[in-house]
Amino acid sequence: MTEPSLLTACRSMLGRDLVLAMRRRADVLTTLIFFLIVVSLFPLGVGPEIDTLREIAPGVIWVAALLASMLSLGRLFSDDYQDGTLEQILLLPHPLAVIVLNKVVAHWLVSGLPLVIFSPLLGMQLGLNAESIGILMVTLVLGTPVLSLIGSVGAALTVGLRGGGVLVSLLVLPLYIPVLIFGAGAVESAAAGLGVEAHLSLLGAFLAMAIVLAPWATATALRISLD
Amino acid sequence: MALQNSIIWLYFSSPKNFYPLAGKLIPFFAILAAVLTVIGLYIGFFVAPTDYQQGESYRIIFIHVPAAWMSMFIYIVMAMYAFIGLVWNIKMSEMMASALAPTGAMFSFLALWTGALWGKPTWGAYWVWDARLTTTLIMLFLYIGFMSLESAIDDARRASKASALVAVVGVVNVPIIYFSVKWWNTLHQGASVSPTMAPKMASTMLNAMLIMVFAFWMYAIAVVLMRARNIILEREKQTTWVQELVTNKK
Repeated sequence: MTEPSLLTACRSMLGRDLVLAMRRRADVLTTLIFFLIVVSLFPLGVGPEIDTLREIAPGVIWVAALLASMLSLGRLFSDDYQDGTLEQILLLPHPLAVIVLNKVVAHWLVSGLPLVIFSPLLGMQLGLNAESIGILMVTLVLGTPVLSLIGSVGAALTVGLRGGGVLVSLLVLPLYIPVLIFGAGAVESAAAGLGVEAHLSLLGAFLAMAIVLAPWATATALRISLD
Repeated sequence: MALQNSIIWLYFSSPKNFYPLAGKLIPFFAILAAVLTVIGLYIGFFVAPTDYQQGESYRIIFIHVPAAWMSMFIYIVMAMYAFIGLVWNIKMSEMMASALAPTGAMFSFLALWTGALWGKPTWGAYWVWDARLTTTLIMLFLYIGFMSLESAIDDARRASKASALVAVVGVVNVPIIYFSVKWWNTLHQGASVSPTMAPKMASTMLNAMLIMVFAFWMYAIAVVLMRARNIILEREKQTTWVQELVTNKK
């Protein structure tokens, strides 16, 4: 029997995860709707003054994105763990980190990308101007993959555990802080008419670092969890 | 010589040999901790002069600063043990990492608590979103995450490995978090207070503080060794040497 090449393995892993997500559209929608609801709650709590809302908008949208992406982490490995696929993945003759990276990419496409696409709507709701909304989208494009990557480590560590969902938040949320700071910070700077290059560069740096380090840590975590 | 040293270290990396060594070391470190604490607090509270800016309230730094240092330092040591445990699969190393976590968490909490008590008379608020405060708070969260993951997994070996990975991932992130929070703080410039201390500390103050650092250090070693001994007994309970030890004591 010939082994499939690494490229084939990656492609089929990505395709499989996307097909599975499309078969269960409700799961994908839940994350997105959670994001929309959380942001919509803030005006009700804070008050409808558009100036206040505009001021807190970047932080609110970013915190909501953080929570939404964290909520979706449970699905990253748990289904594969339950039906035994995860063990088969661990037995593949390819580097686990690369395979994991493909799973994370698939996860981001179904849980992170919709947040990016719908963020302008929320930005407008909260009174951000067009330029800030553009920056918001750029920060989310750079930042949400980092969230998925860091989150994958937590998801891999808690796979198959009782009460894993709450535990994941405890492990992962402190590590999300830098992304939150610079993601929301960039939008605030844009709204204040300041330069955003520094923020975006740092977000890009986080992404580069997370792509290199996180899959490796996730692979190690998976091997520990399925020991 | 180097080979000999490494053999000695490997000898004590076995729980069976480490257990009596720790037992012999604990009284030494405990007594040293007690003596240094008494000396340090005496100098700090009675000998050191009153600060001309902050009055008497500054004296809490003799506990606050060493606690804050220890919370950072213990995390790094814990991550090192965790790393060694992960890479070379040394049981004792994993147990030491588990033994360090509660002490580290305690010191972060102590640093935050005393910081709040110091902040009220000095800055006028118990809590300020200062970079160091925020990082210490996040540090506490990281310790709690480490401990909760460990207690969530039933299998002890797997629990140590999983939490060890959390410690290593955390130690990579601590500097990033610290600088992020620092830049965030300077960008906002919201609170008008600045955590600048008096430019030069009187040498008695510095001495008292350094003595307290050593006292906390000794305390940490003593307590961690005690906890490590308990962990050894718990995890090695099926081995003959532990069973002999326990039955002989009865």
